[in-house]
Amino acid sequence: MTMLSVRSDQAVVSLDSVSKQYGSGSNALLALDKVSLTVNKGEFVCLLGASGCGKSTLLSLVAGLDQISGGTLDIGGRHVSLMFQEAALFPWLSVAGNVELPMRLRGVSKAQRKQRAEELLEIVRLKGFGAKRPHELSGGMRQRVALARALAQEADILLMDEPFGALDAMTRDILHDELERIWREQQLTVLFVTHNVREAVRLGDRVILLSSRPGRVIEDFAVTHERPRRIDSPEVAGQAAEITDRLRAEVARHA
Amino acid sequence: MPDYPSARAGLEGLQDPTGVTVLPAPVTTDAAADRVAGLDALERSGRTEKGSRGKRVWRSAWPKLLAIAIVLLAWQAVVWAEWKPEYVLPGPATVFQDLGDLITTGDFWSGVGVTMTRAATGFALAVLIGTVVGAAVSRFAPLRAAIGSLITGLQTMPSIMWFPLAILLFQLSESAILFVVVIGAAPSVANGLISGIDYVPRTWLRVGQVLGMSGFAKYRHLILPASLPSFISGLKQGWAFSWRSLMAGELLVIVPGALSIGVRMQQARDLSEASLVISFIIVVLVIGILIDVLFNAADNALRKRWGLTGS
Repeated sequence: MTMLSVRSDQAVVSLDSVSKQYGSGSNALLALDKVSLTVNKGEFVCLLGASGCGKSTLLSLVAGLDQISGGTLDIGGRHVSLMFQEAALFPWLSVAGNVELPMRLRGVSKAQRKQRAEELLEIVRLKGFGAKRPHELSGGMRQRVALARALAQEADILLMDEPFGALDAMTRDILHDELERIWREQQLTVLFVTHNVREAVRLGDRVILLSSRPGRVIEDFAVTHERPRRIDSPEVAGQAAEITDRLRAEVARHA
Repeated sequence: MPDYPSARAGLEGLQDPTGVTVLPAPVTTDAAADRVAGLDALERSGRTEKGSRGKRVWRSAWPKLLAIAIVLLAWQAVVWAEWKPEYVLPGPATVFQDLGDLITTGDFWSGVGVTMTRAATGFALAVLIGTVVGAAVSRFAPLRAAIGSLITGLQTMPSIMWFPLAILLFQLSESAILFVVVIGAAPSVANGLISGIDYVPRTWLRVGQVLGMSGFAKYRHLILPASLPSFISGLKQGWAFSWRSLMAGELLVIVPGALSIGVRMQQARDLSEASLVISFIIVVLVIGILIDVLFNAADNALRKRWGLTGS
């Protein structure tokens, strides 16, 4: 069931046989091997895999932080923003200052960026925290500031590299709800990396399972459960179990 | 899913049977907002007050006062033991009386003025040169290979070694003193900046990359602010070196007409006024401590702002 009418079949990210190799000769490490996938506009796609599947490498490539070794990667000149496991806010700036920074770098006027930062902080439910320092906030709040900062980049694609990996289960659960809400309200396109199967099924329209060393696409699962979902609902747990079995089989291959 | 009544209502509004693109209405789910706010409040609570201001001041003051008392007592004990005659090593009472007389004279304050002007000029120049050199060394790899270890070498070199050369180059002049003060302090300032730039956390650099920072913007918005704590340590150390160099300089390089603290101390020695010599030692010590307090205050303010304090 397609619930989101904003979603279309317009590909915003397409990878065709993308390979990434580190080093050369006998020391060469093949991180990604002929990975092909597309992410459509408005889609929430989760990349799932065990250690060494190159999922973070893939995000770095899409973000343009690293160069591909083979194949083609096309994001059509779109802008990307990237969130990490650490909020990595700058301590010399206030919360609002951190959110304003991407706009400052783009040369947005002071009044405009102040107003936009306020809007963004309201979106992540941190209205009134703009004057605080990052260290005065909890981990979950800091991660929401990082999300507001990523949104301030006004990018077409939001890349997330295990953004909730360092948070406790309760905070993570609530942030899943928040991310789902913001994704829908802001009509974002999200490529989300995780090693947590349930998290992937909880959030994604699709879950793409990658193999390890080298990373290859094993299977592309469509997740069609009605939103909003709960991480502990039977549907999510059921599909997560199915995907986990595939993941286990893949991990066992390396024994 | 009984837990999501309002969120669900928002979603049902989205399901447009015609399949036409509709903008999702802002979902104002009060329950979700409450959950987020509640969790935020729980996670941020638990900050404790650390007592009243008076209590805090006393807690940091009494060990210092006790230490001073012990030093004075030990000094007085040596005087009482008559290790040296009273006119060579006077007791605290005599010295503090002379010190009291000294600091009420205008002459003394003009001496302090001469010395502090030199200190400020020398330090400012050292900061300027140290910053430029530090930034250049951390920016250009060949330059680092060439003079990186030289800077550390200069830092460990006793500055008094420079005076003979300085006097040959600049004669007995302000420039000779300034030269040594700057050469003593600039390496510390440069090293502080270099290590600050070297140790900018990788995750911050990645954020900078993601935000598309490069060139000048990267320095302005990331590298320089991130290296500030280390830079302040460098300044503090640089000040200590420049103050030492200055005192050595004032004893060695007597510039005609400039009655600095060092010159006055030298005069007191020439007149065998031990009590006055000790008074000047105390003055120099106190000035050193006061400036150190300023640097520590700046450092603490920064740490507090950044959340680097222990609690």
